[in-house]
Amino acid sequence: MIDSKRRMLLQSSLGVGALGVAVSAGLLAPRAVLASWPEEAFHATDKATALSSLLGSDATEASDAVKIKAPDIAENGAVVPVTVETETAGVKSIAIISAGNNTPLIASFDLGESAVPFVTTRIKMAQTSDVIAVVQTPDGLLSAAKEVKVTIGGCGG
Amino acid sequence: MSSIKIRANVDDGVTTVRCLMSHEMETGLRKDKKTGEPIPAHFIQNVTAKWNDQVVMTALWSGGVSKNPYLSFKFNGGAPGDQVEISWVDNMGETETGTADIS
Repeated sequence: MIDSKRRMLLQSSLGVGALGVAVSAGLLAPRAVLASWPEEAFHATDKATALSSLLGSDATEASDAVKIKAPDIAENGAVVPVTVETETAGVKSIAIISAGNNTPLIASFDLGESAVPFVTTRIKMAQTSDVIAVVQTPDGLLSAAKEVKVTIGGCGG
Repeated sequence: MSSIKIRANVDDGVTTVRCLMSHEMETGLRKDKKTGEPIPAHFIQNVTAKWNDQVVMTALWSGGVSKNPYLSFKFNGGAPGDQVEISWVDNMGETETGTADIS
């Protein structure tokens, strides 16, 4: 995974002169540049395209092994806390998707060898929809969903 | 002083890291209410977390992550006094790094 990203970076940096110069001048840590940003996946307007672009497949299997925690009702769609956790071994990455957003892919976390498959963050939600966690394992993509009701500007209604 | 606030503590061999970054996380879809002009996208794209010199996690983000992002993650290992380093790069090439010792 990391290696393929490195290749992508090498290719793309040929085209981006300024970035290449910055790297060679030591202005940017190579690590920071290494993780190229999957623009296509983040700009995708549907979940399937985003997943295919990010992980090479949109074939997810709903699994109890993946636990997603989010509020039932979010009074402020701009700040919705989401936790994704799993006991599954060999997890390579965790992606968080908000199905009702214009661009559903919110974030993707690539886990290193010592990382525990656990992540918490806060996301923006445009409307009431499912929040979906997709966990990449050696056996394929596992997912779990949780509906969050968004009442922007409302008083808990 | 970095604007990234980091807390890391180890319990039973598992280190939990919590951090808060200071960033607008502008999606590029909003418009200025007074002028009607679109507000340019400005959000963190990459976050790298290191324990000593080992990368434990890298995150790829869109503008869908909330303003002033909060992030928590865990890794196996870590001892009090070890260093955790978190750095981000946004879509305008700005970058910031923060460190904290595990307690």
